[in-house]
This record gives sequence, structure tokens and C-alpha cells, in this order.
Amino acid sequence: MTNEGARQRIGFGLLLAATLLVVLPVLAIIVLIVTKGWSALSLEFLFTMPRDGMRAGGIFPAILGTFVLVLTSIAFALPIGVMAAVYLSEYAKDNVLTRIINLAIINLAGVSSVVFGLFGLSLFVVFLRFGVSIISGALTLGIMTLPVIITTTREALRAVPKSYREVSFSLGASRWQTIRHSVLPFATPGILTGAILSIGRVAGETAPILFTVAAFYLPKLPHALGDQVMALPYHLYIATTQIPGVPENYRYGTALVLIGLVLVMNIAAARIRSRFRRKR
Amino acid sequence: MSAKIEVERLNLWYGAFHALIDVGLSVREKAITSLIGPSGCGKSTLLRCLNRMNDLIDDVRIEGSVRLDGQDIYAGTSALTALRKKVGMVFQRPNPFPLSVYENIAFGPKVHHLAKADEMDHIVEDSLKAVHLWDELKDRLDESALRLSLEQKQRLCIARLVAVKSEVLLMDEPCSALDPMATLKIEELMRHLKDDYTIVIVTHNMQQAARVSEETGFMLLGELIEFGRTPDIFTRPQDKRTEDYITGRFG
Repeated sequence: MTNEGARQRIGFGLLLAATLLVVLPVLAIIVLIVTKGWSALSLEFLFTMPRDGMRAGGIFPAILGTFVLVLTSIAFALPIGVMAAVYLSEYAKDNVLTRIINLAIINLAGVSSVVFGLFGLSLFVVFLRFGVSIISGALTLGIMTLPVIITTTREALRAVPKSYREVSFSLGASRWQTIRHSVLPFATPGILTGAILSIGRVAGETAPILFTVAAFYLPKLPHALGDQVMALPYHLYIATTQIPGVPENYRYGTALVLIGLVLVMNIAAARIRSRFRRKR
Repeated sequence: MSAKIEVERLNLWYGAFHALIDVGLSVREKAITSLIGPSGCGKSTLLRCLNRMNDLIDDVRIEGSVRLDGQDIYAGTSALTALRKKVGMVFQRPNPFPLSVYENIAFGPKVHHLAKADEMDHIVEDSLKAVHLWDELKDRLDESALRLSLEQKQRLCIARLVAVKSEVLLMDEPCSALDPMATLKIEELMRHLKDDYTIVIVTHNMQQAARVSEETGFMLLGELIEFGRTPDIFTRPQDKRTEDYITGRFG
């Protein structure tokens, strides 16, 4: 008995250690960035243009750029992803074509982000002549995030109780009416989870925007979807590696703002999601 | 005394499993017909043939005919939504949508474009009155239907069918989730409703069949063993198997 008890304690100890190993780096990252970057935060840092070759002043253009890229890429990817997921889970029959599509989605999720960047460069920037612009970057990021949105949407649709569909059909609703009125409303919170996951990914990626939208430095703010923008992850990269003499707290401050921006957007999306939950 | 639904030589297979074997019966208009039998005898399957809910299941094959008002409901597929509007279903577990009481009733009329916005209030009121829920719920129309009692939920589900002007109500064990008092109340409601509706009820509960229905069918292993007036089935069953079942020798 005691032997069993000791083994059990060792077992649980190992599991706990593994869990802590997962949590520790996260905590370490947050602590590092907050302690080193906190002193850089100020209204000037958040809301003004860079000065002195980006060694001083603010990072407002990069914040705005990342914000705009997140919004435009989600605005493009969410409807398409949701529609594709609805088609795949509600209409499509299980045949060779749907299996190929499923395989394509899984593979899309596995493609490395720099490949998306090259793809965006060749398709949107060069072939479709959108140039290096918000539209090219947002489409590239959107395609990158499609698998996440499609997968979470399908999970959400699958989680809608069978009885809702059954009742709806039994009342004579068509397939589309059933989806529109009794499936989608109850899958909406789950679908928004996909959007939330995408926000973090889109905001943090550097490679896909490298060739498609991101600018090293812009003296003016963007005015249209055809303009280039600065973006936080790319700005962080150049401030760290390309420009000598950038103060340390300036770099960590940029990272802190990136994390904070993702957090704020996630909270906003989660708020919207809980609105939908309450309506049920 | 006319027949609302006529089923003839109905056979149904789930894959290789022969679930309904040569079933034939006729359902009288504005009366209650009950189907009894042990679990797995095919009574729910038969019920679901009457509004083609089995169509939702993959790998199902149906032969024979089901005529509603003389029209074969399996001929062509165009009239499926119209059929389901005419032949509504009440399920074993009360299953209101997680919407308000009002929206639950309004769902059917909306999908069938039956009402303009200003008529909807009347439809909701009339439907709730028909199931004796109006007085209880008239001040709670905006409340979530999930907060109702089980009995109220089941009444609400029936009211949903009233709202689309269903003619036939198929009830699949409508009281099995309810307590005895609630069961009695739903049965009372069924007796009221049969003045305007044709009702087919599947039930495990033989006493319930005896209490509410005019006609009863006994099913076993996919076959309709005996069908006739309820008093006859319960007092003078013709088939040995019916007698064994109603006297509680098996089932």
C-alpha cells in the first residue's frame, strides 16, 4: 500500500512538474517584458510618431498599423472561413472532393508563415498588382488564419445539440433556415473563439507582412487600403537588429505594447462573445 | 370517421436492418391514435415516417406508401416543408429553442412566412391559449423558454405547432420526461386538442394509451401486430402476443 502511495505521489509530482514547466516560460516572458519595458510606456510613446531615426519618440504608426491589419484581415477571413465551414459541415457530402478540401485545410495550417509571405508577395503584390499595401498584407494574413477559423467554426457547429436541428426541420424549416436561425446563433460564441485565436496570430506574425505591407519607416500615417503601414512585430525586429543605439526599454516597451494590444483586442472580442452567450 | 393518414405496406431499412415490416394502418381524423410496444419495436420509426423525419438519417430505405389526405407524401420531394408544417412533431424531451417564449412560437410562422410582424402578437397569444399557457406566461413572454418547467416546455412545444396551423400532431413519448401530475395535464390537453387536430402518440405507457386514445396499434419487432379500437385491444386482443404484452408478460 505505502509503495503504491509513494508511486502515486511521484507520478503526480511529475505531472505537476510538467505543468509548471509550461507555465514558467509564460510567466518569465511576461515578467521580463513588463519589468524591462514598463519604463518606456508613456502617452508620448503610445500616441506620437518616432523621432531621431526611431531611437526616441513614439510608436503610434506601428500600433495603428497592427490594429488596422488585424481588423482588415479578420474582416476578410471570418466571413469566408465561416461560410466555408458551414458548407463543409452542413452541406458537403463525404466524398473525394471534400476529403481533398479537408486535407488542404489541414496542410494550410501547417505551412510556415514565411511561405505565406512569399505567396502573398507573388499573388497579391505582384500578380494582382495590389502593391505592398494593407490590402495585400491583410489578404495574406487572412489566408494564413483561415484554417483556424474554419476548424473552430466546424467544432462550434458540431457542438450545437442535434435536437435544435431536429425541431427546426420538424417545424418545416428548410436546411438554410435551420442553419440561419437555429444552428448559427448557437454556434456564434464558438465561432468568435476562432476569431479571438486569430487576432493573436495575426497581430504577432512578422514573416507574412514582411514582403506584403510592412514598412521600415513611414513619416505619415496610412490613409487608404493601398498604403503601406508600419507594424509592431516588424518594428520590434528592426529596432532590435537594424538600428544601433535604440534604448533597451524602447524595444521592450514595443513588445509590451504588442502583448497589450492583443490582450485588449481579445478582451473586446470576448466581451462580444459573452453578449451572444447571454442571449441564449 | 374519415382517414387522415393511410399507411400501406410500409417497409423501412436502416442499412441492412429491417425496422418496419409491411406496416399498414389508417389514422382517423380528429381522433387520438396510439402506438404501443416494447423498446425497439419500431413505433417511433413508424411515427417518424409520417412526417419524413427519417429522411434526415443516412442509409435509410423506405418502400410502400403513406398518404396524407389522399396524397402520397413520399412522391416527389418538393412538398417536404409543407408536409412538416402540416404534420408537426412533439419530441420525448421537451426541446424549446434557447430563445424567449415569444420567439419559440414565432419561429414556425417566420420560416413559413405566415405572418406579418403586427399579426405575430395575435398568433403567439392564440397559440399559447390553445395549450392553456397564456394565463401563466402572458407576462413572461420575453423570458427564456429554458426557464419554464418541463410541463410548460412541452406545452410550449405543442403551441409551436399550433402556431404553424399543423393538422396532425405526432407525439413521440411526450410525457416520459414528466411527472405523473404533469402527464395527466398533458393528456387533458390532448383530449382538448383532438377536436381540431389528428393526434398520433407513441407511448411506453399502456395506461396512457388506454386513457387517451380512440385507437391503438401494438407493434413488435417491426411489425404492426394488431390495430383496432382501444377498448378492443385492451379487453379483447385477438393476437396472443398482444395479450401477453398488455397483461405484462413481457415488454
